[in-house]
Amino acid sequence: MKLDLKKKKLREINNTLQNLDSKKNDRDFVIINPEGSHALCAGLDQEMKVLIKGHVGYYCAGMNQKAHVTIDGNVGTGVAENMMSGTVHVKGNASQSAGATAHGGLLVIDGDASSRCGISMKGIDIVVKGSVGHMSAFMAQSGTMLVCGDAGEALGDSLYETDIFVKGSVKSLGADCIEKKMEKKHLNKISALLKKSEIKNIKPDSFKRYGSARKLYNFNIDNVSSY
Amino acid sequence: MCGIVGIYLKTKKFEKNLGKMLSGMLNNMESRGPDSAGFAIYKDEAKKVYKFSLCINDLNFNKFKKEISKKLKKAKFTQISDHVVLKTLEQPKKVIEIINSNFPKVSIVGYGRSIEIFKQVGNPKDVVKKFKLDSFSGTHGIGHTRMATESAITTDGSHPYSTGEDECLVHNGSLSNHNNLRRELTKKGNTFNSENDTEVAAGYISNSLSNNKSLKDTLTSGLKDLDGFYTFITGTRKGFAVVRDEIACKPAVIAETKNYVAIASEFQAMAHLPGVNSAKIFEPEPGIVYSWGK
Repeated sequence: MKLDLKKKKLREINNTLQNLDSKKNDRDFVIINPEGSHALCAGLDQEMKVLIKGHVGYYCAGMNQKAHVTIDGNVGTGVAENMMSGTVHVKGNASQSAGATAHGGLLVIDGDASSRCGISMKGIDIVVKGSVGHMSAFMAQSGTMLVCGDAGEALGDSLYETDIFVKGSVKSLGADCIEKKMEKKHLNKISALLKKSEIKNIKPDSFKRYGSARKLYNFNIDNVSSY
Repeated sequence: MCGIVGIYLKTKKFEKNLGKMLSGMLNNMESRGPDSAGFAIYKDEAKKVYKFSLCINDLNFNKFKKEISKKLKKAKFTQISDHVVLKTLEQPKKVIEIINSNFPKVSIVGYGRSIEIFKQVGNPKDVVKKFKLDSFSGTHGIGHTRMATESAITTDGSHPYSTGEDECLVHNGSLSNHNNLRRELTKKGNTFNSENDTEVAAGYISNSLSNNKSLKDTLTSGLKDLDGFYTFITGTRKGFAVVRDEIACKPAVIAETKNYVAIASEFQAMAHLPGVNSAKIFEPEPGIVYSWGK
């Protein structure tokens, strides 16, 4: 079904997608003329496919559960923020805080993601084919971040148990983030993610692994300057 | 909040439509700043003529025209709502002196050989309509929609700020060391008309440019001297430059085609621009000065 944002209001379109008849089989939607609208496809909670043709604004596909949303364009701040499950695929670039605080599902960004990608992520898998900006994976708690390009300053600052894999250079690591040994299970994890996001010609062992040194979990007076 | 927009035309193709393009951008940024709005338009003008953008507030235009014509011979006037563009062959120093000592109710919004500035309190859609922005042509323009935070909703508190010939600045963010910097700049001879932080940043830029520093060097040293969070668009006769502080929590997105470069707080602001969907769209990186111009 085609949904045109020039003909229908944002709220109407979101309402349609958020309240699909659970017995209905037509679960394929194309949204045209998004023109940078905010909160498009936020709060979807059923299996469905949505293709957005064009650039969108903030919080696209936020809180997503089960739905598969593809954006054929760029996205603004907070794409897939607080996602629980499903997939969000951005074909262009993403602005800051992509996948912020998300608990699950897969976010794939074909271009670059700017600052604070995966901030406070709690279980989502984020794959960025380009590079990520500064403070990415800040306070990241669990899940995986795979970056095929470079990472900006202070990667993984104050992180907990998120696995970060970066193929290119890392400008600097944040407090308590260190490079860690790559083990077989990590290579398997990378292979699976590359496959899921349809990335070919990149070898899993070309990535480096970063994680928490686990020194800042509990307050320790010796580390006071790092907090 | 606040919304900032700018457009620089790389070719002549859209020069007649510049006002229309900019007004659409401002209208779409209403949600980020409903308190006041303003814009600066640059167009090529005869070399010796200076243009003064004046807000005459509640003064009667004809009375003002009559009075000032006694002191400034051969001046030409264009009135749009409560703003007047005064064209003269006289040097700026003299004109500013005449206005300031005889017309306390008139504020000089900006001056130069190319720039025209209009700004007023109210909803951006109304402000744009009032000043007939749609009818303007030009080479580049900058605009602002304000959600007032650190100073009052007044014309003087509205952007763009112009503190030097053909210079202007719009700002999304907030500066924390503006009071100190204002004192330092005042000692160096700058004058300020408001309590606003952006006016201080504009003064800082003008001061540096008048010391023969390039716009790029000025904005780069500004990253050290201006403490706060901001995205700036600063215009000069030749073009404009964009810079974000190094934390970069204030948004900005740039769209570039072969005919123009547009910048805005959100993509929404430029969704109506011709060919924008196939433009190169990217976010300016923190702490890096981007500039376009002749």
